[in-house]
Amino acid sequence: MNEALLQIEHLTTSFRIADQYYAAVDDVTLSVRENEVLAIVGESGSGKSALAYSIMGLHTRAKTEGDIYFNGHNIARLSPSKLNKLRGKDMSMIFQDPLSALNPLMIVGAQIEEVILLHQPKLSRKDRADKAVELLAKVGIPRPEHTYGRYPHELSGGMRQRVIIAIAIANGPKLLIADEPTTALDVTIQLQILELLRKLKADSKAGIVLITHDLGVVSEMADRVAVMYAGQIVEIADIYTLISKARHPYTRSLLQSIPTAGETKSRLHVIQGIVPSLQNLPRQGCRFRSRIPWIDESAHEEQPIMHEIAPGHWVRCSCYKHFRFPDSKEEELRHVLP
Amino acid sequence: MSFLEVRDLKVHFPNRGGLFSRKTQPIKAVDGIHFDIEQGQTYGLVGESGSGKTTTGRAIIGLNSITSGSVTFEGRQLTSGDLQRQGAFRRDIQMIFQDPYSSLNPKKRVLDIISEPLRNFERLSASEEKARVQQLLEQVGLSPESILKYPHEFSGGQRQRIGIARAIALKPKLIIADEPVSALDVSVQAQVLNFMRDIQKEFNLTYLLISHDLGIVRHMCDQIGIMYKGRYVEQGTTDDIFDNPQHIYTKRLISAIPDIDPTKREEKYKFREEVRTEYELAYGNYFGEDGLAYPLKPISETHFVALPGRG
Repeated sequence: MNEALLQIEHLTTSFRIADQYYAAVDDVTLSVRENEVLAIVGESGSGKSALAYSIMGLHTRAKTEGDIYFNGHNIARLSPSKLNKLRGKDMSMIFQDPLSALNPLMIVGAQIEEVILLHQPKLSRKDRADKAVELLAKVGIPRPEHTYGRYPHELSGGMRQRVIIAIAIANGPKLLIADEPTTALDVTIQLQILELLRKLKADSKAGIVLITHDLGVVSEMADRVAVMYAGQIVEIADIYTLISKARHPYTRSLLQSIPTAGETKSRLHVIQGIVPSLQNLPRQGCRFRSRIPWIDESAHEEQPIMHEIAPGHWVRCSCYKHFRFPDSKEEELRHVLP
Repeated sequence: MSFLEVRDLKVHFPNRGGLFSRKTQPIKAVDGIHFDIEQGQTYGLVGESGSGKTTTGRAIIGLNSITSGSVTFEGRQLTSGDLQRQGAFRRDIQMIFQDPYSSLNPKKRVLDIISEPLRNFERLSASEEKARVQQLLEQVGLSPESILKYPHEFSGGQRQRIGIARAIALKPKLIIADEPVSALDVSVQAQVLNFMRDIQKEFNLTYLLISHDLGIVRHMCDQIGIMYKGRYVEQGTTDDIFDNPQHIYTKRLISAIPDIDPTKREEKYKFREEVRTEYELAYGNYFGEDGLAYPLKPISETHFVALPGRG
């Protein structure tokens, strides 16, 4: 196995609410190799975006513990000025909402040049402009010279997201963190952006952390998947295993709740209860326990740990062994792989 | 005569621009669409952003004024300007809005939010009103004690159910649901969709479901209309659209749905490539010189496609 590009160990990110710290990301251990897409899936409030921001060091008021090794160096405790040498160069981020991530008062060309200037200050002004146009062409924008001088509001949502990607890849990053890159987009545009990301990965061999709530997008893109619930990772597996042989009750429930295009009009699975808020998280025992009350308490571990049930397939807590859906005697696996 | 008939509906927005803000070409958000919905059915209106699907829904309920065409509900014209009579229709047609965070007044208690339509149309004493609201809350699966809470005390899915309780308060016949679940997480989404199904059976409701999510539309709808730039490109039963798409735009839309099965990735890439090539080659055959779709032509009893040619 080649060495990991990004290795996160026991990362905990806590936010202060009324004089107390609450962990939104709780003891997360993960790795991403080069040329690999790791998807982080979870619902809102699961801590997936907080995790992404922690990797990039973008939290300003959170308490972060644990280690983040990037290319062999621990970046968890770097000063902002040292981090700035990495951010936008070796690692960069694609944000969810392309309109609020771009400066409305600057033409897009200048916004791309800005990151080039920061990390390659020796380039002449003309070279920078050429590079910006080249990047716009690379992300599939027709007539890049023309788009160079446009303001963000003059572009469509898909085009804006392409500009964001152009900025992210301007300095040839080794690691891209994409936070819900297609959530705001139409399905045909979403497809184009996913195809673009796939192409960029094939060209650059960069590692990609893809954060999303959409399991369809995950199946299209990911090599490996980590499922997050209430700040913890509850299951990690390669994509084929995760879709066909998911074991954690949360993953299985999520898979059952999607209205898939091929399905007839049956009822969708509903997960009981709600995602607990940060302050009300049960810090003891299995965090998913309250959502599956029909499973006997004794099925859960007191301090749930990750179990490797097959090579590379990790599941938290022992409750997966005893889980069944309440309404069906036999769970119907909809996508059984050969 | 169908339950709801939309005939040649046009909604144009005037556009001022240039020197002295002269009137220029209006924006044709909805440009001549026809469809029928039968009682108790779910009709899906699908399209990308800017296709005019939301404008259509808003025009039917009277939130956008109609430029021309007609909407007939239970045999009565909605578009004749008789406000007196429109009041009665407003009671029978209700709307569920997209965003449960902005469609509930944050300063009002749940009791006031849900009883607003009741106060408009029915004269109830305070205690009757409270009893009705509590009953509605129970129907949507919320605790009747929550009447004195404010919207921010609820999660997204719960808020959307408050919105639904408000929509069904007057026992409407038609509900226009504009992207009712797109702001929600998948598990909550499932909850709201199941619930919409249940109350449909219970009250024999008719839905006009506006959505860009083809998975949801396939799950929920009996009939589907696909819109593109204010016009229909295809209309048919759910099976017609998903199993036998005829218009190149519909094919492209369906091929773009992410597939949950990762083993089919390669297959899917190849299929999309074929559809894209076909789209580029055949674009001129499916759209007029102005880039708009042709009028619909029947290809079977239920299936209509916008094709050029005769007629």
